[in-house]
Amino acid sequence: MSAASVALAGTPLPTQVRSLAGRAVVRTLRQPAMIVPSLVFPLFLLAVNSAGLDAATEIPGFPTDSYLTFVLAFPFVQGALFATMNTGQALAEDIENGFFNRLALTPMRGSALIAGQLGGLVVIGLIQATVYLGVGLAAGAELAAGPLGVPVLFALSILISIGFGGIGMFMAIRTGSGETVQGTFPLLFVVLFFSSISLPLDLLQQDWFRAIATANPVSYLIEGIRSLLIDGWDLGALALAFGIALALIAISITIASLSLRNRMVRT
Amino acid sequence: MPDRGENSIEVEGLERKFKNGPLAVAGIDLRVEPGQIYGFLGPNGAGKSTTVHMLTTLLPPTGGRARVAGHDVVDEGPAVRAAIGAALQEAALDPHLTAREHMRLQTALHGLPRAERIERGDALIERVGLADAADRRVSGYSGGMKRRLDLALALVHGPRVLFLDEPTTGLDPQSRAALWDEVARLARDEGVTVFLTTQYLEEADHLAERVGIIDDGKIVAEGTPAQLKAEIGRPSVEAEPARPEETGRVQAVLERFGEAVPCQDGTVAVRLDEGMDQLTDIVRALDGDSLRVANLELHAPSLDDVFLEKTGRHLEGAGDERGTAEHELAEART
Repeated sequence: MSAASVALAGTPLPTQVRSLAGRAVVRTLRQPAMIVPSLVFPLFLLAVNSAGLDAATEIPGFPTDSYLTFVLAFPFVQGALFATMNTGQALAEDIENGFFNRLALTPMRGSALIAGQLGGLVVIGLIQATVYLGVGLAAGAELAAGPLGVPVLFALSILISIGFGGIGMFMAIRTGSGETVQGTFPLLFVVLFFSSISLPLDLLQQDWFRAIATANPVSYLIEGIRSLLIDGWDLGALALAFGIALALIAISITIASLSLRNRMVRT
Repeated sequence: MPDRGENSIEVEGLERKFKNGPLAVAGIDLRVEPGQIYGFLGPNGAGKSTTVHMLTTLLPPTGGRARVAGHDVVDEGPAVRAAIGAALQEAALDPHLTAREHMRLQTALHGLPRAERIERGDALIERVGLADAADRRVSGYSGGMKRRLDLALALVHGPRVLFLDEPTTGLDPQSRAALWDEVARLARDEGVTVFLTTQYLEEADHLAERVGIIDDGKIVAEGTPAQLKAEIGRPSVEAEPARPEETGRVQAVLERFGEAVPCQDGTVAVRLDEGMDQLTDIVRALDGDSLRVANLELHAPSLDDVFLEKTGRHLEGAGDERGTAEHELAEART
């Protein structure tokens, strides 16, 4: 087989995905500026919230007497937002410096590029989840679902990361600008705060805030994680959280794929 | 050596119009023979990169046809990509990876068998002189090292046609010469057809067997460098008056010997009617009119003269008033 016919046939999809995912992990791990903030900031906010808002557990109807356990869901979702930014920025950088065109000139499939980026995201997401849970448990948080809850918690956390990562990829492919991707981070952060992140939905006092938080799908992602920490096995909350995470993945990956088709205009 | 018969580039009436923009490439025709180095010369924004993007299948043409390595760029994109290698403007590298990691990724995506990937990657790294830096991150490379790695990556699948878009822009003379040697070797020893865009006259003159000069999306001249210069034929003389107030009189004297041609501020120039033998007569005539010149230069015809003849402008700086093709491409995608 000639070199050209080898190139025309290309590599099987799994090999392409593995190669691109490997690259995504390596390049992320080599940029402490991408890893450290996504580990440190969520833990910092966890410490601030759990220390400052502990009195909230006195509110009648509060679901646990440990605010640390309650708010431990926060870093998992915040970490997913960092994943949005990191994945988007990495792809935008590829577009800006021409590396994307280099990839487009190989027999690489668009689906491999997306899956590869997300594969890298899974590895980073696992590291994040391990650190968040480890630090949380070491600080005295509880995991009511027990050891079996760990893989479920990690799976949900990673699905959320993939869903938000897809949004980051969409923005990168659509705009080709790392600055634009970065610029949307505060907006996503606002979405996170307009949720049940600090108090359960039924204890939110302001009607307008409760209405927004109730309509905000992020609230149910948080409550899915929280249910494993506080309640054990609340199948309804878990089903809702997994369903929303999967819907988010379906939407974000679809729009990212459609944008990729437009961006990768090779004939 | 690969079969050279299928390595040609044939372009007929190729055109690209951008949304709400100009006709970046306005119906060009060209043919590059197998194993030939073709220099595509023009200022920034002339349409060079847009042409390369169309020929490498990264941008669909809006008119005309092109066949690369025997395949139509619109209907047979994957076959074209399998046959070509490309190093586009700016070295397209991941600053966080090493040269060896780039090679691993590129060989894998091109479908080389696992056993051959390391061997092929190492051989190419060695060939472009990066063996000592193979495990260092690209972010620490010099511009010349990045360009050499870029070239090596374009070669991993043994392409029959190679596109190089301004490969030496920003390089020091030594790195430029090293890249020229490698490109010349590829064409000479491996029969690779090379399509090279450049805004450097010297590069086209030194490397290309055939040159196409593009301006405003149109090919304004095409041929071997020698043919193009022979078309102009006659040398020119450029004089810098010692006293600026005598510029008009110096110009008048020079115009007795040939037609005026554009030149730098503070100088006057004519293309000689009867060749360089007239130089002595010019000196005598200036002396006879008591005119003094600070500098007098005889220019053999150059590709810049060809560009000047065809467009009325010098190549250097000719594209400053226009946007670059990359900018146009970015606009087209928004």
